[in-house]
Amino acid sequence: MFQLSPEGKEQVLSELKRYEAKQSAVLPALYIGQRENKGFITPAVIQELSKVMEIPESQINEVFTFYTMYNKKNVGKYHIQICRTLSCMINGADELAAHMCNELNVKLDQMTPDGRFTVSEVECLGSCGTAPMMQIGNKYFENLTPESAMNLIRMMK
Amino acid sequence: MAQETKYLSEFYHLPEFKGLTGYKKNGGYADLVKALKMPPQLIIDEVKASGLRGRGGAGFSTGMKWGFLPKNNEPRYLLCNADEGEPGTFKDRMMMEKAPHQLIEGMIISAFAIGSKKSYIYVRGEYDESIATLEVAIREAYTAGYLGKNILGSGFDHDMDIYRGAGAYICGEETGMISSLEGLKGQPKLKPPFPAVQGYLKKPTIVNNVETLAVVKYVIRDGAAHYKKMGTEKSAGTKLFSLSGNITKPGNYEVPLGFPLKDMIYGLGGGFKAGRKLKAVIPGGSSAPVLNAEESEKALMDYENLAQMGSMLGSGAIIVIDDSQCMVQCLANLTHFYHHESCGQCTPCREGTGWLDKITHSILSGQGRLQDIELLLKISDNMKGRTICALSDAAALPVISFVTKFRDEFEFFVREGKSKVKGTAYKGTSHVEMHH
Repeated sequence: MFQLSPEGKEQVLSELKRYEAKQSAVLPALYIGQRENKGFITPAVIQELSKVMEIPESQINEVFTFYTMYNKKNVGKYHIQICRTLSCMINGADELAAHMCNELNVKLDQMTPDGRFTVSEVECLGSCGTAPMMQIGNKYFENLTPESAMNLIRMMK
Repeated sequence: MAQETKYLSEFYHLPEFKGLTGYKKNGGYADLVKALKMPPQLIIDEVKASGLRGRGGAGFSTGMKWGFLPKNNEPRYLLCNADEGEPGTFKDRMMMEKAPHQLIEGMIISAFAIGSKKSYIYVRGEYDESIATLEVAIREAYTAGYLGKNILGSGFDHDMDIYRGAGAYICGEETGMISSLEGLKGQPKLKPPFPAVQGYLKKPTIVNNVETLAVVKYVIRDGAAHYKKMGTEKSAGTKLFSLSGNITKPGNYEVPLGFPLKDMIYGLGGGFKAGRKLKAVIPGGSSAPVLNAEESEKALMDYENLAQMGSMLGSGAIIVIDDSQCMVQCLANLTHFYHHESCGQCTPCREGTGWLDKITHSILSGQGRLQDIELLLKISDNMKGRTICALSDAAALPVISFVTKFRDEFEFFVREGKSKVKGTAYKGTSHVEMHH
């Protein structure tokens, strides 16, 4: 069972009133549900949102599965998302991702056993002039080398 | 020596330009005051006369787009496209983070011109700092009376809000964006009806890029004639170009349209690392057909010149590729992108992007067959002009241009099972499943 916190529920209800159409609140509500469920969405989260929003589960579910920023499974406390697209690739994104996986002893999209890190590759993050780069949580880290990226990670441990 | 023309970006170096006080000190909101005293139709006429064309990718005349709105009092929306996602593009992020009020002022003027009481800025979900910066700026604008009821005593009401995307390139397509704003999957809709007639919630909606809307302020400040004097006859004004790839000084550079690409690369961009030389340039974001070195030396950065060369200006994202890069690997990177980003609605795109991804990666792993090269071209040809939106074409065009212009690299890879440039098959962190 998943239940929104009182504040979370309040936020969902205010998103419902924020836009001209009630349905527009589905994307923001999924972010709230994700945040309150340790960073990923489960069928129970969809059920709860459906109940609170009075919008059919199927309509919430198809939105959830369409967008990449809603996680389908548990990710580490620090979700390391490395941009893999052309300008970053040219500047060493592959080596960066390989180095991070190697140092943390995980495969891509696999979480470290302590639940702290997941390394993923993602498509263009709009940071091509400062390649290679990664996003952890909401923050961008740019102009990386494999070593400088690992130094940042060590500080997060 | 190649130099920038800092028209939009004149004050971007000032940290204070981000806040309302610093923005006002440098001419901020003076043009809103001026615009609110103008008849709205005159603003539309000025924008039309300025020659301003959409800066997001399609390059359509902004004034003409506005002119498609119905001439009645039906409620209408202004939607700012800040879902910057075209690989190579990072100018809108800079604009939102360094000059949020410039965008907001341009949007209020535009909304007044088209008679819209409500606007949204649709920002890609990953741009957390842009969203936070805009939130603060919008609050400041409300407090100062630039947003809300009866703006500056003009009788014009306007509300503005932000909508956060959730990671989908296709939402940068205007009808996909409208679907997303409606709380749905970001799937594009068949046109016509165009958004100007039937958009958000089936109401008339104008969708413009961040840079386009910011320019509107300056068209009002300096007049259409002044703006049109910059750039070329059919490509008026300046443009922010995002320069990246194998280049010494990557970054955003503002220059008049028509600027020589070689001055961008060797002048502003500082050229290449020692011992490297130019091999190819993608001049307008990843969807733009690639130019070889010879073409890049001649290209001028404007809509018509790049179209004549068989490519396009797109979003103004210049990705530079030097002679250390394997073109098969570069293309495979892009086919993977389009496969991932296809919304799945239209068969030619959903299936076509999948096959382009599989075949390029098969070649890259050393398993390619000679007929695969023709197959790539044939599939691409079948993807063009057969779908609801332009993503399918955008996926096909790079393939055709890479394979045609760098065919020797593809043939070598198939024949020898390894890259002509790197001497090996692909050994990345491969996430790609191989299908044989």
